[in-house]
Amino acid sequence: MARSIEIERLSPLAQVYRAGPHGNFEDGVGVALSEPRPGSIVQLAAWPGEERRMIDAIRTVTGLALPDGAGGGVSEGGKAAFGFAPGKFTVVDEKDGLAAAFAKAITPAIGTVTDLSHGRTVIRIEGPEAEWVLAKFFAIDFSLAAFPLGAGRSTTHHDVFAQIQRTGPDRFDVHVFRSFARSFWTALCHGSEEVGYEVA
Amino acid sequence: MLITCPYCGPRDLSEFTYQGDGNRQRPAPNSQDLDAWNAYVYDRQNPAGDHNEIWQHSGGCRIHIRVVRNTLTHAISSAVPVRGHHGGKA
Repeated sequence: MARSIEIERLSPLAQVYRAGPHGNFEDGVGVALSEPRPGSIVQLAAWPGEERRMIDAIRTVTGLALPDGAGGGVSEGGKAAFGFAPGKFTVVDEKDGLAAAFAKAITPAIGTVTDLSHGRTVIRIEGPEAEWVLAKFFAIDFSLAAFPLGAGRSTTHHDVFAQIQRTGPDRFDVHVFRSFARSFWTALCHGSEEVGYEVA
Repeated sequence: MLITCPYCGPRDLSEFTYQGDGNRQRPAPNSQDLDAWNAYVYDRQNPAGDHNEIWQHSGGCRIHIRVVRNTLTHAISSAVPVRGHHGGKA
């Protein structure tokens, strides 16, 4: 008889994750930092010409309707999806099992499904100073006009690759390689000290 | 220097990797024309002006880009994806 095995997920941030207010928070907390720990992170890549069928498959599996255009994305109901390169999409769900669902919906003729649930760490930064803090790390425009709600961006902090999705007017989810997560988290904490930050 | 990635928009030079001269024409893999191979490996136009180049947005969406860059001013007059723009001059 098949037995399901419960997997205990360990956070790469555990050694440096200190809940509570930090830095210069006497005048208010500028940003809140947290680790959402989604159950599924999946990367989808469509073959050239198959982008439309891929976007249709994302809608079928998740119910998310991706807008057209480079870096377009959407975040709602515990799920999120965004384009990070031509024909390539990152899809996140707070529940696990997303990769198996996409493996059924995306045939080899449409593209590929890569389960990155254990390979990426999502770091959330939220608050009135979120744009200011992120602008110290990444050379891209974080203003709402240039970086609309739901949109995704691929960029780099030195050699730490990052995919960033705006999941709220003043909230960003930063996807980094799991092996870089602790280093990046520590740097983000240092960068947030001047505005005061609270770790959830 | 900023390069306008066709997918990501204007990004800092530090996100890009230079992939070489965009004017090179590689001979067929089974070619035994040694002059053609020599030209492919060594001959460069080295212009003082517009230059066809291949770049990769390695710190972003990772696509390869066909760029026309002025070697005197660093002005970039064109940046299009390599996919769909093979061969010939940019």
